[in-house]
Amino acid sequence: MIERARELLASGEVNRVLAWEKGENDFDRTPAVFTADNVDSLVYDGLCGPNLSKYLVGEMEKEGKILVFLKPCDSYSYNQLATEHRIDLEKVVPIAVGCRGKIDVEKLRAKGIKGILSVTEDGDKLLVKTLYGDAVVENRKEVLLDKCLACKGKEHVVECEVIGESEDTTEGDKFGIVAKLEAMTPDERFAFWRGELSKCIRCNACRNVCPACSCVKCVFDNPNTGVANKAAADDFEENMFHIIRAFHVAGRCTDCGECSRVCPQHIPLHLLNRKFIKDINEIYGGYQAGAEIGQRHPLENFDKGDCEPSVVHVRGGARK
Amino acid sequence: MKKISLNALGALFAKIASTMKLYAPIEKAGQVDFYEWNESEKVRLDVLKTVKSAKDVFFPQVEDLLKFRVEGKSIEMNEAPKCEDDFVVFGVRGCDARSFELLDRVFLVDPRDEFYAARRAHGIIVTLACGAPEESCFCTNFGIDPANPGGDASAWIVGEELYIEPHTERGAALIADLEDADASSVEAAKKEISAIAERLPFANLDLTGFDGEHLMEKFDDPAWERLSKACLGCGTCTFVCPTCQCYDIRDFDTGHGVTRYRCWDSCMYSDFTLMAAENSRHTQLQRFRQRFMHKLVYFPSNNDGLYSCVGCGRCVAKCPQNLNIVKVIKALGGKKA
Ligand code: SF4
Ligand code: SF4
Ligand code: SF4
Ligand code: SF4
Repeated sequence: MIERARELLASGEVNRVLAWEKGENDFDRTPAVFTADNVDSLVYDGLCGPNLSKYLVGEMEKEGKILVFLKPCDSYSYNQLATEHRIDLEKVVPIAVGCRGKIDVEKLRAKGIKGILSVTEDGDKLLVKTLYGDAVVENRKEVLLDKCLACKGKEHVVECEVIGESEDTTEGDKFGIVAKLEAMTPDERFAFWRGELSKCIRCNACRNVCPACSCVKCVFDNPNTGVANKAAADDFEENMFHIIRAFHVAGRCTDCGECSRVCPQHIPLHLLNRKFIKDINEIYGGYQAGAEIGQRHPLENFDKGDCEPSVVHVRGGARK
Repeated sequence: MKKISLNALGALFAKIASTMKLYAPIEKAGQVDFYEWNESEKVRLDVLKTVKSAKDVFFPQVEDLLKFRVEGKSIEMNEAPKCEDDFVVFGVRGCDARSFELLDRVFLVDPRDEFYAARRAHGIIVTLACGAPEESCFCTNFGIDPANPGGDASAWIVGEELYIEPHTERGAALIADLEDADASSVEAAKKEISAIAERLPFANLDLTGFDGEHLMEKFDDPAWERLSKACLGCGTCTFVCPTCQCYDIRDFDTGHGVTRYRCWDSCMYSDFTLMAAENSRHTQLQRFRQRFMHKLVYFPSNNDGLYSCVGCGRCVAKCPQNLNIVKVIKALGGKKA
């Protein structure tokens, strides 16, 4: 990857590269923009969880083309952003990179591994050095990010050069948990979401990382809307924030899983969005946001087969 | 020195809670934060760091200040009540305990913040030594000793026992009924903690040059561009931080009046420092720089050299893109003009 990036920089095709660099901890990976001077510090490995495509939005005002590396999940977000004209394809050179699932350091911690100093991959094994001795995780699949366990598959949906191989990391039916929530009684479901969402500290990490949340200014940040708030006047507002956000990204959410990855309180936000995806699939037929550039999603499209909103309710979601 | 078996802690908590409010690290939906205790809550003293710091207890994320009620032509104004009763915060780590002293320097100087002051006057702090510091901890750089965390009383977990040493009368009163204990096992535990603290990866950060004299040099450092590049402007780092102290005051329209409340604000946000004309910080680079300059340069230059960071490492562990104060210190520190 570094070599290819260097070639493209040298030929002048691009003038900068969006990729990952190592952070302060040995296992930290941070999105970074490189030029020819520092492209050697680019890293790509099993720890590169953060997706990059949303950073392109901020790069669009700059001169020249930028090279971006896209994991399979990120390629959907890329298409969705292009569909919404938030990125200009003339200014980007995408290269797809292979992915075998990214490691969630929090899951290592949840296994009781404390004081982690470094994480090294050895095939399917992970060697973890800590302040309190070394640990081995036999199968890296045990500690992959949740988003990787619900991966849309190893194919990239952007047509471009591909570097490296991908592996399918999908585990079981990704709508399984949604179905479980649907099967709860309204009171149980309410209690579940109240419990989860009440932990929210309203840091907005989920919104800011979300490639579907690409509004230049969010209504909740704009004092002129009258609904702006940083923290809620009562704790139910936080809960509403998430429900409103989920509605706003419905049909555009690609299920990239970044919202849940970044949440400092480990709130399973993706389940809200996935419920919408499941409903859209059932009511309007299967649909995957970001599968191709220029798609119109079912909520902004009309075809004669669509059922009336009132009917949706009555039919309980069966498409006729 | 007193001791109590970990199994009997519930009884101690129940006793304390029978006369006053008790806050402790409590697990809810899988995450641990400081909440008010009752018998049904699950206390997790084994968890080193709560997601949010203990600052919440003294300076909550949201609190009402004032209520206006409009009826006909009259407006009734009621100030929110201030804390009037003693309460206990149990299980505060050394870093968070120090953070209260730093917050005091903001809220207890003129003009004094009476809401905060009332809570500080009534809060009894029982700290807990850190049996197993984590890689993100770097409190020792700021003179904090994880083996001797301070407060009104300090506790150490050794095996299945909790040892408590009072430092103040209020601390002593809490544990007066407990059985006396010999301090030797605690001394051994302290040595172990200190040995780990020395081996922490960020134990020896070079803070030279972070002071008022080098303000412009730090401010103009070209490294900020690179350091802030990936910042989402989310505010996670400010909300989990025990020493972040900025807040906003807002009005909530209740239909027939207004509830004026205060909530934490974050310098990472686009509407922070929003003034009539505009926001003086246009870019995320400027906002990012503000957070770290405040902690490492502005605060110490106004507060006898004290940094507004206690090295708790929460921003290190929680930033979604792995940016943090350690990275800033390493990039800009150790240089003297
Ligand atoms: S990232 Fe988590 S804590 Fe932050 S606003 Fe979103 S849900 Fe709340
Ligand atoms: S430094 Fe990290 S946690 Fe803080 S605002 Fe930026 S992205 Fe969020
Ligand atoms: S700046 Fe970071 S390490 Fe320092 S006190 Fe705040 S959260 Fe803790
Ligand atoms: S930073 Fe220090 S005091 Fe705080 S939790 Fe870590 S070791 Fe304990």
